[in-house]
Amino acid sequence: MARIEAEVGKPQGGFMKWIDDRFPFTETMKYHATEYYASKNFNWWYIFGVLAFVVLAIQLVTGIFLTMNYKPAAAEAFASVEYIMRDVEWGWLIRYMHSTGASFFFIVVYLHMFRAMLYGSYKKPRELIWIIGMMIFFVLMAEGFAGYLLPWGQMSYWGAQVIISLFGAIPGIGEGLVEIIRGDYSISDITLNRFFALHVIVLPLALIGLVFVHIVALHEVGSNNPDGVELKEQKGADGVPLDGIAFHPYHTSKDLVGIIVFLMIFSSVVFFAPDMGGYFLEHANFEPANLTATPEHIAPVWYFTPFYAILRAVPDKLWGFILFVLAVLLPVFLPWLDRARVKSIRYRGWIYKSALAIFVVTFLVLGWLGTMPAEDIYVLAARIFSAIYFAFFLLMPYYTTIDKTKPVPDRVVYHG
Amino acid sequence: MNEDDVDRIDRNRRHFLTVATAVTGVVGVGFAAIPFLSSLKPSARAQALGAPVEVPIGSLQPGEMIRVLWRGRLVFVLRRSEEMLARLPESLADLRDPDSEVIEQQPDYTANETRSVNPEFLVVEGSCTHLGCAPLEDFEVRPAENWGGGFFCPCHGSKFDLAGRVYKGVPAPTNLRVPPHRFVRDDLILIGQDTGAA
Repeated sequence: MARIEAEVGKPQGGFMKWIDDRFPFTETMKYHATEYYASKNFNWWYIFGVLAFVVLAIQLVTGIFLTMNYKPAAAEAFASVEYIMRDVEWGWLIRYMHSTGASFFFIVVYLHMFRAMLYGSYKKPRELIWIIGMMIFFVLMAEGFAGYLLPWGQMSYWGAQVIISLFGAIPGIGEGLVEIIRGDYSISDITLNRFFALHVIVLPLALIGLVFVHIVALHEVGSNNPDGVELKEQKGADGVPLDGIAFHPYHTSKDLVGIIVFLMIFSSVVFFAPDMGGYFLEHANFEPANLTATPEHIAPVWYFTPFYAILRAVPDKLWGFILFVLAVLLPVFLPWLDRARVKSIRYRGWIYKSALAIFVVTFLVLGWLGTMPAEDIYVLAARIFSAIYFAFFLLMPYYTTIDKTKPVPDRVVYHG
Repeated sequence: MNEDDVDRIDRNRRHFLTVATAVTGVVGVGFAAIPFLSSLKPSARAQALGAPVEVPIGSLQPGEMIRVLWRGRLVFVLRRSEEMLARLPESLADLRDPDSEVIEQQPDYTANETRSVNPEFLVVEGSCTHLGCAPLEDFEVRPAENWGGGFFCPCHGSKFDLAGRVYKGVPAPTNLRVPPHRFVRDDLILIGQDTGAA
């Protein structure tokens, strides 16, 4: 090649070669898209990773535009949100996209995680992808929590008061830690200012970094599939997995349909039910923060309520906090708690299938209980379902061992 | 994919679908961009704050000037004395645009010899047309320096006469801008609003 160049006297290969000699563009595109082979039998459960990416993009763009008019100061925050809603052209749309996007982020991520539990996507060799994913989930929870304080409404203030106070339960360092989180003796202008910094800089940066690592790890190992078959073990003569098709253009064009359907649902909520009956935007938050009066009924936004219900079920401050943290952390250990030899639900026995079904119901019921007042019957129910929640994880090494599994085929299977 | 499959692919149809999808997508992104770009325009509050301002001029003596803000922009209101008005035609040859021919720099109704509605009152934006500095007033006549009184920009040395007209040989390209304005009464000017013709 070099000899030819010398003879002709000008570079060969055009613009792309010029770039590729300096930056691995074509190589990267091949590695991550046009020659990244994912299973040809993906079902719709596999759309949620792409959708999470779409929601992240929506949140980043709308978030940037919101910061252009939002004021992170206790005296001005609430009014500046109202200003965005009324005076900024299209401000209402941008804000509703952002608030609805927060809820959809959790819907999509919860379904994405459920997909992993359905098809054993966290099992070897994808443990690290799962752990990075759980870290994304934790950052997302922190991001949602910090963001909820920013409008400085009643629920912003008192919700933050309750959650930050949780850390006070830690023996010895609790009170000091709470003071450092708040930067003041109570939640104040200072707290709002630092939560703004966390919400718009620290956590989004962490989120983007983790998503990048999540995808790099995924593309190193390769995507799982509804059969839990390792594609790389069945390659053709050309080195391409027999059951794999290129991510681009095949999966991307299929994903486009999923994205459009998602955007239709998303837009319907943004335009017709942005507060979702008080679940996406709580009604108490349409009042400015009042430091002298707690709203009658405090509940976090829906995506925290399953864990909140567990917290409230415990009649002890420290143990409530411990179980709350444990409930959030336990899924991290799924790759080792799950002892089944097969990945996919398709080849598992009735025990795991039942356990997973009970877990889903438990999670939803806990979520509902977390929105209800902390009265006798609800507290009792929350205790029962909390016990089931922990049993699902802690008994898993046992019941996945004794569960009867079916033989896994060598190649992926089409159903219907 | 075997040989038969390759033969069955209708490449025209595939190309059409690809282009149609891409075009639809671009149109969609274009529409979705409108709210975001529009949100960057002055908001309803900014527009309200940019409302016309009333300037009472009843106590303004000949030769005196006041500064007011309209939309956060500095506006000079100068009551020109008989003597000042008499000097206006003297330096026409030294001016870049003595007849106010650059139409963006003033409303039609002030594109006249005195660049004003009422010759006594000059209303111009106090923003040098070079790079936006606020010119200083210097109404003292100094024949030795060939200075007949007017405005001098301290940033880059642009000079304007008592009708806000720019001199030749300075960096500013055009005359000082005359904002839309009208006389509500003889002693009250409304800056930022006019009736089209005064």
